[in-house]
Amino acid sequence: MSSHHESILREPLVTGENITYSKVTEDILVPVENKPNKAWWIGFIVSAMGAGLWVFSVSWTFWFGIGEWGLNKTVGWAWDITGFVWWVGIGHAGTLISAVLLLFRQNWRNSINRSAEAMTIFAVICAASYIISHMGRPWLFHWALPLPNQYGSLWVNFNSPLVWDVFAISTYFSVSLVFWYTGLLPDIATIRDRAIGTRRRIYSILSFGWNGSVKTWQRFELVSLILAGVSTPLVLSVHTIVSMDFATSVIPGWHTTIFPPYFVAGAIFSGFAMVQTLLLVTRKVMNFENYITMFHIESMNKIIILTGSIVGVAYLTELFIAWYSGVEYEQYAFLNRVSGPYWWAYWIMMTCNVISPQLFWFKKIRTSIALSWLLSIVVNIGMWFERFVIIVTSLHRDYLPSSWVMFYPSWVDVGIFIGSIGLFFTLFLLFLRVLPAIAMAEVKLLLKSSSDQAKQKLIAEQVVDKGQADYYIESLEKYDSVSPKVAEYEKV
Amino acid sequence: MSNIKYILGHFADPDDLMHGIDKLQENNVSVYDVYTPMPIHGIEDKLGIKRSRLGKVAFGFGLTGTITAISMITYMLVIDWPMNIGGKPNFAFPDFVPIMFELTVLFAAFGMVGTYFFVNHLAPGRAPRVMDLRATNDRFVVAIDAKANPYHDKIDDILKEAGAVEVKHNERKYVSYE
Repeated sequence: MSSHHESILREPLVTGENITYSKVTEDILVPVENKPNKAWWIGFIVSAMGAGLWVFSVSWTFWFGIGEWGLNKTVGWAWDITGFVWWVGIGHAGTLISAVLLLFRQNWRNSINRSAEAMTIFAVICAASYIISHMGRPWLFHWALPLPNQYGSLWVNFNSPLVWDVFAISTYFSVSLVFWYTGLLPDIATIRDRAIGTRRRIYSILSFGWNGSVKTWQRFELVSLILAGVSTPLVLSVHTIVSMDFATSVIPGWHTTIFPPYFVAGAIFSGFAMVQTLLLVTRKVMNFENYITMFHIESMNKIIILTGSIVGVAYLTELFIAWYSGVEYEQYAFLNRVSGPYWWAYWIMMTCNVISPQLFWFKKIRTSIALSWLLSIVVNIGMWFERFVIIVTSLHRDYLPSSWVMFYPSWVDVGIFIGSIGLFFTLFLLFLRVLPAIAMAEVKLLLKSSSDQAKQKLIAEQVVDKGQADYYIESLEKYDSVSPKVAEYEKV
Repeated sequence: MSNIKYILGHFADPDDLMHGIDKLQENNVSVYDVYTPMPIHGIEDKLGIKRSRLGKVAFGFGLTGTITAISMITYMLVIDWPMNIGGKPNFAFPDFVPIMFELTVLFAAFGMVGTYFFVNHLAPGRAPRVMDLRATNDRFVVAIDAKANPYHDKIDDILKEAGAVEVKHNERKYVSYE
């Protein structure tokens, strides 16, 4: 029940004084119900220019074909699949936050799940666009589906991981969309009931007629739980299958059994970094400091250290197994990664993914907003290089030394990549304007149990142990949204 | 005979709401429905609402997905157009597992959410049947059918005593129709 108090030792998930249910609604709907501020417009214009570049470069590819990319006879996959895997990986944190953390009853997910799920959807859109454009003849994309046709019917080859990937990515995208939208319904209804005129009509259509009755909520909770239950193995399966695009081939450097767990850990790692990149800016620009607190930031940083370390162990295991296998091709592939012509890419990857996240062991660093943001960008860069290293350095020196080459991206490659980032941010900024970026109904659930206000009340009523209360007050020191109050309590 | 159709008790706090429901039930006043901005845990038991069967629905749809996948792949790869791939068996079951899994999830998710929307009458463009506009914001609203429960003044008193911040007598069932 909502009146159950949680342990005073737990850090608050909602801060601020005089937080009421209506204040939560007011605070979260500020960006939706008002004209956007200057920061939003600047961000939007820059991103929209990027999205324009994306449209231009992708159209160019469609018109002239993938010969316009920097690919050559030896390196047949490069920035396209690098970009695809990078974006899919980023998408995974959204599902992880909304599904896995729900199953584990981690209440801190409540205020970040909405924007993380939105991020998932936009990232998968970027990833899917890479898949479509790398097909060469994108208007024949339906050939990847098992549709009856005039050739026999000639079916797709279900033994191929690329076909599995078609199913995995499309299932992932559509199930994430359904999960996200179902969760949005109660919040859209809130906007609807506060709006008038045309806005009301639009949000009324979008709200599906939600009314918040007992039965609606009861089923809603069960639906969310089951969707979380099926999404958790789904998200693991998707990146496992992405890794099998490589692992089931016979290319040295790709043909390894460690790929599935290694890719999944990397996906969570890069996804949390992207959530951090987005939310640290969002909370500042949209004044969400009371809802996305230092506890959230610190928790995400802890996940980044954990997954970053798993990725680090995977890199070292790969090297060890290459040596231990005794296969000279395998050994050469890894020697070439570390010290060949692409050594710089390997070492950028190592530094950004394995070494720099270890800085989060220091509490000062993981509770610093500026440093967290900076390191999250570093992780994003590192994870892009990881995919580049896996793909390009494994391909560029194949079995025949006469065909050894380097890969040089063309302007179209660069345009699609930068453009896809622009597209992603354009969609995200539009999302912030039209839909609530924080799940209001779920944050309201936390008010009576996990807010600073509720805990301060317990302390004031002296119903909690003095030592525990002191511990709690001390834990507030790191919060940037409650600093003046700590000073006040120290006086007492 | 008054034209009052529904009596709405507004509570500002979920615990007061639960207390209010208890009080109403003690006085044999039946609760029509409760509208809240967030899920209230434990309210189903109080109102005698049965466990949802959507879990079973999801399982059924999921199983349909699994069977669809295995039959589709077997038909295409084993019966309709078998191919000799290095002399390996056509019925390569391990290779079928990933898509069987994906379709299980796809069918379970869409089937369950579709059923949920269907049974709760949720659909794009459906007129919202809302009794009070603040029920999606900050009020926890108990609705009492005024025709079925006499002594409206007494109901008002019960609600107010239980901590209701506002009691409304509505002559229309839904306020949200244009």
